[in-house]
Amino acid sequence: MSVVPLIARSVFRESVRDKVLYNLVGFALLLMAASYLIGQLTAGQDVKIIKDLGLAATSLFGLFIAVFIGIGLVSKEVEKRSIYALLAKPIRRHELVVGKYVGLLLTLAVNIAVMTIALYAVLGYMAWMAGPDAARGWERPALDPALLPALLLTFFELALVTAIAVFFSTFSTPVLSAAFTVALFLAGRFSADLRNFNQVVDAPLASALTRGLYWLLPNLGPFDVRAQVVHGQPITLGYLALTVGYAVLYSAALVAAASFIFSRRDFK
Amino acid sequence: MPALATFDLTKEYAVGFWRQRPYRALDGLTLHVEPGEVFGFLGPNGAGKTTTLKLLMQLVFPTSGRAEILGRPVGDLGVRRRIGYLPENPYFYDYLTAEELLAYFAGLFGYAGAERTRRVSQLLDEVGVGAERRLQLRKFSKGMLQRVGIAQALINDPELVILDEPMSGLDPLGRRDVRSLILKLRDRGCTVFFSSHVLSDAEALCHRVAIMAKGRLATSGRLSDLLQFQARGWELVVAAAPDALHAALSAAATRAVTIGGGRHSYEFPLTESPDRLVRDVTAAGASLVSLNPLRETLEDLFVQNVLHPDVVTRDRGLGRPSAAGSAR
Repeated sequence: MSVVPLIARSVFRESVRDKVLYNLVGFALLLMAASYLIGQLTAGQDVKIIKDLGLAATSLFGLFIAVFIGIGLVSKEVEKRSIYALLAKPIRRHELVVGKYVGLLLTLAVNIAVMTIALYAVLGYMAWMAGPDAARGWERPALDPALLPALLLTFFELALVTAIAVFFSTFSTPVLSAAFTVALFLAGRFSADLRNFNQVVDAPLASALTRGLYWLLPNLGPFDVRAQVVHGQPITLGYLALTVGYAVLYSAALVAAASFIFSRRDFK
Repeated sequence: MPALATFDLTKEYAVGFWRQRPYRALDGLTLHVEPGEVFGFLGPNGAGKTTTLKLLMQLVFPTSGRAEILGRPVGDLGVRRRIGYLPENPYFYDYLTAEELLAYFAGLFGYAGAERTRRVSQLLDEVGVGAERRLQLRKFSKGMLQRVGIAQALINDPELVILDEPMSGLDPLGRRDVRSLILKLRDRGCTVFFSSHVLSDAEALCHRVAIMAKGRLATSGRLSDLLQFQARGWELVVAAAPDALHAALSAAATRAVTIGGGRHSYEFPLTESPDRLVRDVTAAGASLVSLNPLRETLEDLFVQNVLHPDVVTRDRGLGRPSAAGSAR
């Protein structure tokens, strides 16, 4: 039997017992509950605001989980030397990296599921409070299943961010890994600006450089479909498949690179 | 086939920030450990002990040379199934219990179901972890973590156990338990290779030892070959010695030490007559506490080799040509 599921299960068990995780999920749930109050202040837009804030909270707190727990997965093991006993067991180093990554994906999936249930609970409560007459005036129903593709894309975006975190943590310190991951996340979210840099600045060298960065850095813009979903614009299956495929390929490349580096590393 | 062998094993680390230069942590170590023996790997801090153990576990990769475990190159997964390793000051996952950690590691060796549960429970009993086994490891003391560390090293019933400072962090009772565990392993036919600062433990447990100094093998061999077991002098301990006796004994002794409680210890060369010493002490009305022959201890050998590694170089291994004068 492959050791990857065993490692993943251990990571999952360790992660779900970490107080940091509960704090993050707690904050996300609190934000969703608060969005109900904010929604009360804006007549007619309340459901949209709850959906918008709920999706944003899922993405933001999912990002925190991906970055902080993702970085801790490998670098904390090295820093605290728990990796010594583990690597003495009959496992290959790349199996360890992949197992850790899969374990965190499992943690992320469960957390996003919890946040999704919480979001639908708030929206359901909202619909029940507003009554059927008010609900008829809404552009989309409160319990709109179209939110699910947005949440799915959030999961795959975070899977990619986790892969970035794991990649950096195989050769860098936790603080630097966190800084690099957040920087890449931000660059990835605004990578469309890199592509169009030549329209803003008339410098061929800088344009070529930004164009190169555009192709190299992860393009996270397509994963953010919050505005479309909230305003009832459909997300096609083709778009979903393409974006998920991109995340899977990019993440696989990063995990492969992380495994390569990790397999050659000395643990002094 | 040796249980463990290194051949001119060398490890250099790059040190410095801007202009990196190599630092040789281990220099040409050639060593053999025979199956079934308890081998003590001794040396002060920075002698290269932990680096050697990390090289054997492939936590670091050698700059040159090679190592074999159970006749196979280190890193071979088949070999890993047959060995156990306790790292120095082991640390595990904060949020797992001792039972869960061991079950996890047992799973990596293919143990499952009732067999895994039985093995985990038996090992935790053996190392003296009782009801605490259901506590998360972050609540464990250093000594308890060390016990869990030893248990995880034995989870696969290994043929060879490599222990990095197994007595570290343990109280006297814990050390006694680990000593008896090592002897039990030896009786089972398991080879034990351990690094230690605690020479009395090595002296009590080991068939053979190696002493490292400054990254090199200073000496290795059987304790009986390395130590001069014949007397090299006398140690006399006297209580309530009158001033005149104390002055006379101090003048004749090679070393005189006041050890408190009105007692003094004197060391005399072998030429000194023990009968005369007893007579003098009794005649002066002092109380004779003890009179013992002085023999070379492992500590003496350790100090000689560590302080003067270039002067004292002995290798009295098992006669293997590669083991002799290996690191020079």
